[in-house]
Amino acid sequence: MTEEGIWQAALRSRNLVLGACLTLVFVGAALLSFLWVPYDVTVMDIPNKMQGPAGAHPLGTDHFGRDILSMIMVGARTSIAVALVAVGIGMGLGVPLGLAAAAKKGSLLDEVIMRGNDLVFAFPSLLIAIMITAVFGASALNAIIAIGIFNIPVFARLVRGAALSLWTRDYVMAARVAGKGATRISFEHILPNVTNLLIVQGTIQFSLGILAEAGLSYVGLGAQPPIPSWGRMLADSQTMISFAPHMAMFPGLAILLTVLGLNLMGDGLRDLFDPRIRRGTR
Amino acid sequence: MLRYALKRLVSLALSLIVASVVIFSMVEVVPGDPAAYMLGINATEDTLAALRDQLGLNGTLIERYLSWVGGMLRGDFGTSYTYRTPVAEMIGERLWISLPLALYALTLSTLIAFPAGIWAASRRGKLADVSVMGITQLGVAIPNFWFAMLMVLVFAINLRWFSAGGFAGWEKGVFPAMKSLTLPAIALALPQASILARVMRSSLLDTLGEDFIRTARAKGLSKRQALWRHALRNALIPVLTIIGLQFSFLMAGAIIIENVFFLPGLGRLVFQSISARDLIVVESVVMLLVFAVVVVNFAVDLAYAVVDPRLRVRT
Repeated sequence: MTEEGIWQAALRSRNLVLGACLTLVFVGAALLSFLWVPYDVTVMDIPNKMQGPAGAHPLGTDHFGRDILSMIMVGARTSIAVALVAVGIGMGLGVPLGLAAAAKKGSLLDEVIMRGNDLVFAFPSLLIAIMITAVFGASALNAIIAIGIFNIPVFARLVRGAALSLWTRDYVMAARVAGKGATRISFEHILPNVTNLLIVQGTIQFSLGILAEAGLSYVGLGAQPPIPSWGRMLADSQTMISFAPHMAMFPGLAILLTVLGLNLMGDGLRDLFDPRIRRGTR
Repeated sequence: MLRYALKRLVSLALSLIVASVVIFSMVEVVPGDPAAYMLGINATEDTLAALRDQLGLNGTLIERYLSWVGGMLRGDFGTSYTYRTPVAEMIGERLWISLPLALYALTLSTLIAFPAGIWAASRRGKLADVSVMGITQLGVAIPNFWFAMLMVLVFAINLRWFSAGGFAGWEKGVFPAMKSLTLPAIALALPQASILARVMRSSLLDTLGEDFIRTARAKGLSKRQALWRHALRNALIPVLTIIGLQFSFLMAGAIIIENVFFLPGLGRLVFQSISARDLIVVESVVMLLVFAVVVVNFAVDLAYAVVDPRLRVRT
């Protein structure tokens, strides 16, 4: 497909456009929060606590009188940063491992890498994340590590599978004849051809990371106060849900819409990159 | 088949050994003295020494690991520091909530997903399909603890159909106990049902495109007959694998959901132990849950090989 053709197809895909818009809204809100937020999220305003959505506070205020819109904007920063770095860890370690396993298919290295992957896969990720944060203390950094570890086998497996079929291609054979080593072939010829797959999987892992971060900070094992996070906003709102339901509504919607946006974008990108998948069959 | 089962059994044992080493060393690498970590800064030298002795911290690393694993194999999970009761006993009590909850959620998720997936696949591209796909897209994206809170708001606080949390207890009868597990089970089941319905639909669509379905149609079977008699059974294989994998998500998801509903299950036990720094309990419960998940996945692999002989060749 030509470059122009891809853009046209992308604009025609409803999933992709809707998903990208939703994602842009939250990424935009996170970026904007570095420059400007309606109210300072570290300042309490007790006289105005738990007010419903109204003019001065479009999404209302929490039990300390903090502006919920501002907290969601700053919370987006936490969620996106945690999930993004966790995907980075997964890709940074998983992709080279997958490439190495494919390049040395059937070797001891391949076996060790793949069995290691199976092991990590067998563990309930959230449980180990909880264990990590329990032992090393609750913090955003530990949440990132805990979520990141479980991204490694996802990417390693994906890259190995895709790379194995690429290794049988003629152009890889030509590169070998030209005297290029396995490492050089992996990075010059295999990696560029799995980028599409990585982008799609990266989007999906990003959305799972946001859900995981929300879950961890909901139970108090993610980012610690005073850093706002969507999960902890929900935890704070729980006991007040009967008289201040707006406190629970908006952070939850923020998580739902961000994850939905990323999932739709992932689906849209997959359809776009792989025209063989007929629209609507998967 | 026997060779396949043995091979899987060896990898099961290996997984469990590595898991136990990882969990054990995680607790070991707690900076400084685990006893001091658990007791906090105000502990006296006597209590520290007593706890060290109780934790078996006086032996070498390997001795301690072996005694921990050996104890668990005999059903002795150690004694909780904060509750002063055997951990095995505590786990036994809590299991009566967590296990029924996971099974309840698994049942609900299957009961919702199967009809939804079949319905969507049989009306591909029509309104039914689009709605099922839209709803499941939302179901996958919704954080289940938030969904749980919304259900509490609607069904417990506004409509007063259910209690907002806590567990009635099995001694009050099966109905009240199941009733207090209903909202948590729905919250746990929703995302899983969404995933399962999507897998069911896509697996069924794949099967419906196969040659044997065309043959069946050519023989004069209606679309509906072909779907129910031939496609469904073949489409079930990937669906079964996903159900097996979901067990692990349900166990882990239950940890958070139990906290939303204040259910005294294993998940709540883990959190109470974390805040009490009762690492003996954390270590044992995590190991037990990992054990459960690994064994269930092993069973699914075996069941899968029985259903589909082609898989026995692959390792």
